[in-house]
Amino acid sequence: MALYRLKPLLVVSFVSIFLLNTISLFANEKPAASKEEGSFNVTETILEHIKDDHSWHLWGHTTIALPVILYSPQGFEVFSSAKLVDEHHEPVVYKGKSDYKLVEGKTKIVNAAGEVDVEASKKLWDFSITKNVASLFISVIILLLVVLTAAGAYKKTGITTAPKGLQSFMEPIVLFVRDEIALPNIGAKRYAKYMPFLLTIFFLILTNNFLGLIPLFPGGANVSGNIAFTMTLAVCVFIVVNLSSNKNYWEHIFWMPGMHWSMKLFLAPIELIGVFNKPISLMIRLFANITAGHILVLSLVCLIFIFKTVYAAAVAVPFVIFIFLIELLVAFLQAYIFTMLTAMYIGMASEEAHHDHHEHAANELAHH
Amino acid sequence: MFLEINPLVLPDIGLVFWNTVAFIGLLVVLGKFAWKPMLKAISDREKGIEDSLAKADKMKADLTAMQNENETLLAKAREERATLIKEAKEASEKMIAEAKDKAKSEYERIVADAQVAINQQKNAALTEVKNQVGSLVVEVAEKVLRRELTNKAEQETYIKQLADGVKLN
Repeated sequence: MALYRLKPLLVVSFVSIFLLNTISLFANEKPAASKEEGSFNVTETILEHIKDDHSWHLWGHTTIALPVILYSPQGFEVFSSAKLVDEHHEPVVYKGKSDYKLVEGKTKIVNAAGEVDVEASKKLWDFSITKNVASLFISVIILLLVVLTAAGAYKKTGITTAPKGLQSFMEPIVLFVRDEIALPNIGAKRYAKYMPFLLTIFFLILTNNFLGLIPLFPGGANVSGNIAFTMTLAVCVFIVVNLSSNKNYWEHIFWMPGMHWSMKLFLAPIELIGVFNKPISLMIRLFANITAGHILVLSLVCLIFIFKTVYAAAVAVPFVIFIFLIELLVAFLQAYIFTMLTAMYIGMASEEAHHDHHEHAANELAHH
Repeated sequence: MFLEINPLVLPDIGLVFWNTVAFIGLLVVLGKFAWKPMLKAISDREKGIEDSLAKADKMKADLTAMQNENETLLAKAREERATLIKEAKEASEKMIAEAKDKAKSEYERIVADAQVAINQQKNAALTEVKNQVGSLVVEVAEKVLRRELTNKAEQETYIKQLADGVKLN
């Protein structure tokens, strides 16, 4: 846990060192570097790996083109992302219902002069199957296969035999979610209702975290380190938490019992912010932790290219392996933390009042 | 704005949409076909194990109770046997003692009877001897008296002869 706390610090220091170094390096070597083929920019390289993309780069010049799905006032439009780039992978204008061009990886509408039409682009909705979406679908397929196979085993072998194979892999994790996450936070009375939700969240995050750590296809995308992914999950959590909230929960937010009225007024806005703060913290925590891990690994690999010597690998590779091992832990830890906090928020929202006895006792004392 | 500057924290509507679809789809499919049956099977198994353990405990308790009962029964039987043996011994001893006493008294009675009979016979024999001696004396006296008249010496020899002839049996 100490390492996990230390990590953001490490990331910040590493990245700042690299940014400073690259600026000075490129400043000094600009005339020489510009002559070499493809001068190296660390920030750009790392961001490129972390960001979403319309095509899936496998290796060298091999790229999988993914479908682009656009919605504009003119209607839906579907075409291959290969049409947005030329043979050198440089963005080109594609003439569909409008003229489209990739600007910093995003699809924009351009005018005849090739400049971005900001007004028209604002009305353009991009529902493309991007690299992250494709990776998400792969993780969904893996999850469906693994979980349904494991669940089917119970039907086949019954409940009297010990779990085998995938079933014995899944069962301890399911039990972990039930006994360590749901039961202590939500309580034995209501936990069963939320188990499918918690399990799905846990396994979806876990699968995407692990897939993101695999450098080759089908991994390599940064789904769980994408703010859109974590935001969607956080919104789902927000909805579920508020749907399971009771009168007691809102009373504690707007009119905290057992406090002086001035304190109640003071606490209400703070508690109200907390309602939104909780899912937002979930969103940022997962996004930042996974992205930080990716940045860290990529930065270490980039050491080799910054120093332009293969000997840098002697330092970089052991470090990368070390960070990878930590990332394996973090992958599990973040899935656990997200699910645990979700369960905790649900538990807090649906907790039944237990201050009543104290209050009654206090009132009775006051009457005497 | 910050969101505009940093592309990392700007969520794409595409991924949000597809992720919502994927998550809800996954939740529905897995919830219906995987998590619920799985959790049910697990809790059923746990319940089964719990029940079996409780049953085993109960059986163990029953067995112990039965064993205790057996032991009590056995101890009781043993005690009974001991009392029975003791009683039998006592009875037999009593019987032997009684028999001895009876035998003794019988013996004493027989001896007494025998003595009485002996005494009677003895007395009878003595009476008979007395009678015989009496008659013999009378007879001898008669013969002596008859012979006395003839010879004194002869008389004495005769008495001596007679006396020799009388043998007290």
